[in-house]
Amino acid sequence: MKLSAVLAAKGNRVFTIGPGASIRDAVDVLAGNNIGALIVIGPAGAPAGVLSERDIVREIANSPGVIHKNVSDVMTTPVVTGTPEDDVDSVLRTMTARRFRHMPVVDHGALVGMVTIGDLVKAQLTEFRGAVETLETRLMES
Amino acid sequence: MGEDTPPGTPGNPLRVAIIGAGPAGFYAADHLLKQESVTVEVDMFDRLLTPYGLVRHGVAPDHLKIKSVTKGFAQTAAHPRFRFFGNVEFGTDLTVEDLERHYHQAIFCTGAQTDRRMGIPGEDLEGSHPATAFVAWYNGHPDYRDYRFDLSHESVAIVGVGNVAIDVARILCLSPEELRATDMPDYAVEALSASRVRDVYLLGRRGPAQAAFTNPELKELGELAVADVDVLPAEAELDTLSQGELEASGDRMLARKVELVREYAARPLAGKPRALHLRFLVSPVELVDDGQGRVGAIKLVHNALVKSDSGAISAQPTGDVETIPVGLVFRSVGYRGVALDGVPFNDRWGVISNTGGRVVDSETGAVVVGEYAAGWVKRGPSGVIGTNKPDALETVNAMVEDAANRRTWAPPAPSGEAVVALLAARGVQATTFDDWCAIDTFELGEGERCGRPRVKCGSREDMWRVLGREGGRAAG
Repeated sequence: MKLSAVLAAKGNRVFTIGPGASIRDAVDVLAGNNIGALIVIGPAGAPAGVLSERDIVREIANSPGVIHKNVSDVMTTPVVTGTPEDDVDSVLRTMTARRFRHMPVVDHGALVGMVTIGDLVKAQLTEFRGAVETLETRLMES
Repeated sequence: MGEDTPPGTPGNPLRVAIIGAGPAGFYAADHLLKQESVTVEVDMFDRLLTPYGLVRHGVAPDHLKIKSVTKGFAQTAAHPRFRFFGNVEFGTDLTVEDLERHYHQAIFCTGAQTDRRMGIPGEDLEGSHPATAFVAWYNGHPDYRDYRFDLSHESVAIVGVGNVAIDVARILCLSPEELRATDMPDYAVEALSASRVRDVYLLGRRGPAQAAFTNPELKELGELAVADVDVLPAEAELDTLSQGELEASGDRMLARKVELVREYAARPLAGKPRALHLRFLVSPVELVDDGQGRVGAIKLVHNALVKSDSGAISAQPTGDVETIPVGLVFRSVGYRGVALDGVPFNDRWGVISNTGGRVVDSETGAVVVGEYAAGWVKRGPSGVIGTNKPDALETVNAMVEDAANRRTWAPPAPSGEAVVALLAARGVQATTFDDWCAIDTFELGEGERCGRPRVKCGSREDMWRVLGREGGRAAG
């Protein structure tokens, strides 16, 4: 299964923010859309980083004035991106090994979506459940 | 009373239209009809006279056990609040506006009906076909019975190593006896029995560890009566990247797959009349014209595997080129859904625009009330038949939640009879599930008569004859 299969049923919206925006703005977008991370788009239009809830929480622990900082001061960078053709299993292993949970997906330089570790686990679960369902149907017949 | 309570009571049932009678549609219907807190009426529509979609016209005709999934579908169809309407084309016989007038909700389960192209020179030469056209032809899809595939050639290339590609390769390698043990229509058994194909090339872009085929599919290739499996030893060996991935994954099924490919490479050919060449790390770059506008050869570039930052392994051309003379090419490199009139479509992924099965506006992402998607037209072509069950479940759960919150269409006078009247007024000769049962009984009887599991009706006319009715459209 490829990342494209995960993105297909995820809608078309990707939430992005500029590196110069304030953390205040970022928090509004996160809370307003009930999401956990934003893709930070650099000047060239490519993902420059990911700003996650975890990044903000970590920063608050260090400096309570974080709300006035810029997104670029707090975001995780460099960002690991995937392509629609990437295998879900491989990406899931990379996320687990390198401990990050959000991956922008880029197709020929254009941002086309973002997958979270939750999306990938859910897709894998659907696939496994489906395989079990099919195997069971066949076993019942023999 | 309809004003005060959301639809879903015995007096005011939640009326749902399902477009497409394949596995996703039936799994969705089953889940809707099993709701305990909501009373649902399901009308299922299909453009063909018969139900079951790809189980009838996609699943390989020598994999009859897989088709037994239809027993469960027939149980769903027997539910008193379920109706099947075959021979109804969405978009012409029935529109989204009609649905909105007669139903509270609609689910689109129309699958991935077109194939992706390879995007290489020569792709449109005579002799180059989408694998799905061939699959539909040998499976008796009425729209494809007049297709012609020139099986007088000795060499055939199949681009891709997914399950469609594997099916096509296997079918091309069956003996006349094995063909007769399938449920293909007679015309396909005859044509394939007379085939002169000797060499079948299955072409995979990446290596054995990334191939999409399953272990049982791979094992089956080694058990063909009249075809040897041929794997080049060099292509069976894993590169260091794939070996590393395989070890990191701890996936024993994957290890078994790689081992099986190695076994094939090591196995001496038994001298059977046909050979199925399983090739890896090659991509087609051109179909070569034989000088008369027909495919004469396929030009391949060899690939090396690279690992990206995300951990995914992909193929990169090395520049080494190889040409194999072939007269017939089947491509199976991916599938896309087809946009439906009046339903938002996501062209990038080839699916109906949706979030978890709720149809959304392609631009704004806003939910479109009343419309849903399930199956391949929702998530793209991935997984096995059973994958559509959890997939349809997710969609149905969203529908039930929306209905409870009254986010549905508001049909002025919802009734089952009105839909029947509407189709009749338009001259649409819809088939019922009982009609299908009659066709089913006839096909099984024909099979019994000549010692085959089933003989499919090869055309709509044959089916109308079985039903003792005139097909087509009434005038006016």
